[in-house]
Amino acid sequence: MGYHLSFNLIWRHFDKLWGGLLLSLELAIISIAIGALIGLVLAVWYVSAGRVVRAIIAAYVEFIRNVPLILLVYLVFYGLPTAIDIAYGPTTSFVLTLSLYAGAYLVEVFRSGLEAVPRGQLDAGKALGLTPWQRLIDVRLPTMTRITLPALSNTFISLFKDTSVASVIAVPELTYGAQWINFSTFRIVEVYIVTTIMYLVTGYAILFGLRQVERRFRVER
Amino acid sequence: MASEHLLDIRQLAKSFGKHQVLKAVDLHVSKGEVVTVIGPSGSGKTTLLRCVNFLETYDGGSIRIDGTEVGYRNDGPQRRRRGEVDLARMRAETGMVFQSFNLFPHLTAAENVMLGLRRVRKKPKREAREIALHWLGRVGLGHKADSLPGELSGGQQQRVGIARAVAMEPKILLLDEITSALDPELVGEVLDVVRQLAGDGMTMLMVTHEIAFARDASHRIVFMADGMVSAVVPPDQLQAAAAENDRLRSFLSRFSATAH
Ligand SMILES: Nc1ncnc2c1ncn2[C@@H]1O[C@H](COP(=O)(O)OP(=O)(O)O)[C@@H](O)[C@H]1O
Ligand SMILES: [Mg+2]
Repeated sequence: MGYHLSFNLIWRHFDKLWGGLLLSLELAIISIAIGALIGLVLAVWYVSAGRVVRAIIAAYVEFIRNVPLILLVYLVFYGLPTAIDIAYGPTTSFVLTLSLYAGAYLVEVFRSGLEAVPRGQLDAGKALGLTPWQRLIDVRLPTMTRITLPALSNTFISLFKDTSVASVIAVPELTYGAQWINFSTFRIVEVYIVTTIMYLVTGYAILFGLRQVERRFRVER
Repeated sequence: MASEHLLDIRQLAKSFGKHQVLKAVDLHVSKGEVVTVIGPSGSGKTTLLRCVNFLETYDGGSIRIDGTEVGYRNDGPQRRRRGEVDLARMRAETGMVFQSFNLFPHLTAAENVMLGLRRVRKKPKREAREIALHWLGRVGLGHKADSLPGELSGGQQQRVGIARAVAMEPKILLLDEITSALDPELVGEVLDVVRQLAGDGMTMLMVTHEIAFARDASHRIVFMADGMVSAVVPPDQLQAAAAENDRLRSFLSRFSATAH
């Protein structure tokens, strides 16, 4: 006899998946917000800093980019509390990890965005008598944002998928919800079919939404 | 140091690495005067203008506006670069119009003009907008106030660029080949605006390849060659000066052969 797909048990536990999906989105949104802040501050600092600061920022970026995310999650969850004597739950720990992770990718995105602001615009800002700080806020950042918006969207979609890694430390997001249902129903194939569809549909919905935003802010040249 | 000239440039020297672009340039502009700099490409005209509002540093000599040295502070025998806030305040006294317009692409025409008024002149938003609309009207773009630069023609963008600079009420306006990036049919509308400003008594130092325009709009024409001022003449004596200055003659002849 073959295996008969049966989704009834899945629907009975669907709240676990739905709640998990919402938490995944929440994790991704909070992490991209904090990560963007980290990335922006470090990028602005990087382009105006000396060699030492640049080296430190580069080291952070290299470290994060070359260590698998799942290891970073373990390091921050198990390692950091022992090292510096703080206590936090898995969700907080994961948000911290994913924010640092996003930050490292976004430093690069923002740095190249800042450097892509045409020289002439900065000259125009100087010629008006804007101070460096005003040139950053009124000239560089708006243009940088428009340039980097597509990369920012892509990072957000990746982060949304990466939230599934949080399941390894029992953060009740979508993938963890799927595993929970597996353990109680053994409907493994059905659970993963439904979960996959949920990731896909949500991912495409986000992508579609962000592309609309990008269109509105497209750089005029 | 007292000087009757609004802009007083003395023995200005500037190098990019080993390449000396300006060698002992002397030039002055009085209040209400329009001075045009002409000269072959690469002779240092842009660099000269950019030194005047310290978009470029300079190595030797001095540039004074209303008696105040641009970019540097003299600390006894030492010369020190001014702080950024001090530089910004000085730059606000000179307006600049660029060859490539350099409008802020995310701001409308009015917002481009308003930015300096708001941030530098600290005008309230309503007043800044009124001033912006006034100047956009003056350059014939009252109806384009809420358009983005990307929606404007080159000639219109450049007129916004002019409005943005003059709305700040600078002591002197610097114009660097402001029609060179324009299609020929759009040059006239921009030059008309400059002519009006000259009529209003705006002090201007401009670089242009529009020799005919330079001749009828300026009080003096400065010919630059190889980083030096090679001749300074009233516009009606340009031809006469060319008879005695080989480089000026060859520049003008090359010019009338191509651009007329
Ligand atoms: N930022 C720069 N770095 C190095 N060389 C420069 C730079 N700007 C201009 N130059 C050089 O200085 C010379 C004069 O340039 P420029 O002032 O633009 O001349 P012009 O405006 O008369 O054509 C040219 O040889 C140019 O290549
Ligand atoms: Mg030039």
